[in-house]
Amino acid sequence: MTATTGFGEGRTGARLAELRAEGRAALVGYLPVGFPDVDRSIEAALAMVEAGADVVELGVPYTDPVMDGPTIQHAVEAALEAGTRVADVFRVVSAVAATGVPVLVMTYWNPVLRYGVDRFAADLAAAGGAGLITPDLIPDEGAEWLAAADAHGLDKVFLVAPSSTVPRLASTAAASRGFVYAASTMGVTGERTQVGPRAAELVAATREAGAGHVCVGLGVSTGEQAAQVARFADGVIVGSALVRPLLTDAPWAERLTALRAVTAELAAGVRGARAEVGA
Amino acid sequence: MADVADSLQDTQGPYYGDFGGRFVPEALIAALEELEAEYRSAIVDPAFLAELERLQREYTGRPSPLTEVPRFAEHAGGVRVLLKREDLNHTGSHKINNVLGQALLVKRMGKKRVIAETGAGQHGVATATAAALLDLECVVYMGEEDTQRQALNVARMRLLGATVVPVTIGSRTLKDAINEALRDWVANVDDTHYLLGTVTGPHPFPEIVREFHKVIGNEARAQVLERVGRLPDVVAACVGGGSNALGIFNAFLDDDVRLVGLEAGGDGVDTGRHSARFSGGAPGVLHGAKSYLLQDDDGQTLPSHSVSAGLDYPSVSPIHAWLHDSHRAEYRPVTDDEAMEAFRLLCRTEGIIPAIESAHALAGALVLGRELAAQGRQDAVVLVNLSGRGDKDVATAARWFDLVDEEDIAKAATTEGSSL
Repeated sequence: MTATTGFGEGRTGARLAELRAEGRAALVGYLPVGFPDVDRSIEAALAMVEAGADVVELGVPYTDPVMDGPTIQHAVEAALEAGTRVADVFRVVSAVAATGVPVLVMTYWNPVLRYGVDRFAADLAAAGGAGLITPDLIPDEGAEWLAAADAHGLDKVFLVAPSSTVPRLASTAAASRGFVYAASTMGVTGERTQVGPRAAELVAATREAGAGHVCVGLGVSTGEQAAQVARFADGVIVGSALVRPLLTDAPWAERLTALRAVTAELAAGVRGARAEVGA
Repeated sequence: MADVADSLQDTQGPYYGDFGGRFVPEALIAALEELEAEYRSAIVDPAFLAELERLQREYTGRPSPLTEVPRFAEHAGGVRVLLKREDLNHTGSHKINNVLGQALLVKRMGKKRVIAETGAGQHGVATATAAALLDLECVVYMGEEDTQRQALNVARMRLLGATVVPVTIGSRTLKDAINEALRDWVANVDDTHYLLGTVTGPHPFPEIVREFHKVIGNEARAQVLERVGRLPDVVAACVGGGSNALGIFNAFLDDDVRLVGLEAGGDGVDTGRHSARFSGGAPGVLHGAKSYLLQDDDGQTLPSHSVSAGLDYPSVSPIHAWLHDSHRAEYRPVTDDEAMEAFRLLCRTEGIIPAIESAHALAGALVLGRELAAQGRQDAVVLVNLSGRGDKDVATAARWFDLVDEEDIAKAATTEGSSL
């Protein structure tokens, strides 16, 4: 942290820099708050950390998740049916942040707007959260959030896509803190048989446009894919593949075991990626 | 008329007062910018405007007539009531105005595929129609519940060559159909245009849809001047997303004319079962724009309710939100009961079966007329946008007024279905 930039690369960026020094990318694991209920969503996030997630992304359940595919849609719908409230997010953040990993909250914009942007930022900071990922808020519309994030020392993770123009890559990189979230493909969250071929180009272009750290999300579901992305990105973001083992009818303990197994496979992929290249 | 610089007409986005904007994933920004650039060049291109005007005249049947309804007006305190007859357009509502304009833009952009959302099916039918006319692939997203309630409109779209995709997540209604259309658009934006059906959504959609509907008000203003010799005192229109209302309001924004939007009050605003965003909602963001919204304390979207599927939507145009907050237009709820009474009254007194959406505007005109008469203004002129015809609503009305038993409706539907 320097006096001139205020928060430097942010808490998440600092962790990514440490991992870069260790010669590897980060595994960023997503789970929705409140699925299947608030307490068990804490257990699931902690299991994910134990099994090797470096950064946790907690989703705020929302009625209209336009950037999410069927797996995450079904989980957040169940979370809302179970009575999850926006304020529950802070309890989950607090429990997961106690492990020491950076905890980002992924949220569509209206719940934050309704809660009060500055109040949300203050409560997130008080809970030990690192910042926000905002899939339907571009920096152009985010003046209130940019101010609140600076006031409370939070990371601001905005998205870029294969369709982003060079000027927009630059303005998005300049507005972000922590990392820039590069969507690997044009589409919504979900598992895919291969990671978009434009992902590596997008990461390079985003760095060229000024981003310090770039993590890649959308479509990564296997250790092999994670390794592939980890060779060129600072972090690999996985959502649907981690939610899927929790969506079954199996007893909860078995679902947690399955979640740990998927996380461990992805973590191994991330850790082995550059060693293979160097060999 | 005010100076052009002071004019409220044709106000450009992305913001209208505190409302509007582009609250969408970054992935869509390039497409929105391409669309805006194409739109701005098209509306000053004489060839584009000539082709649009030709289609409006030869295909849609514009200008739509203005009809005075004196027997109906007897129930409105005796003021004069004039109807702008958008129900007589091809496909039966105002929706075709916007669809033809956007479909011509799609051709200019060189895209081959259009997607659309629909609730009752009116916008879906209009989009399928324009896609057939202009040789575009068409996919329409429709909540599963609506595909069941509006089975004949599903058949209509399929007859026109469109693919209808039932949406089975969330509340399975219009808002979820829009979510699914947005997901499709993000994935296929290179060759696909999202042909949005109302004056909502991210900039530039509110501006574009208003542009293609403003012909309603331009025609009506001239027709009223010619028929009555002066401007109307009040213009009334129903407001779901708000496209027909903005279409007729736009031409009068700089005049000393009251503009009244009628929202669906459902079972009553106090019951919580309604679609009255201005009476029962609060500012928020949904589907790309900041506007008034039905939402709970957590910012979760609340389900809307109305007897009219076309008004059954939890948000509203950011341009209406701006006109509301600046007090240039006023918005009032009309309950299901009031709308259906006005529906029946127009059928019986004038031989016109209106869409249930438009019946909300008629109900508003009855109340406004009586208020004006009570102020000694029997000479007042009320212009109502009759935005659509009620053929699609006959089954709903038959049930509402208990005109036939359920078995007969089911039988009739089966017979009609098998004869298609």
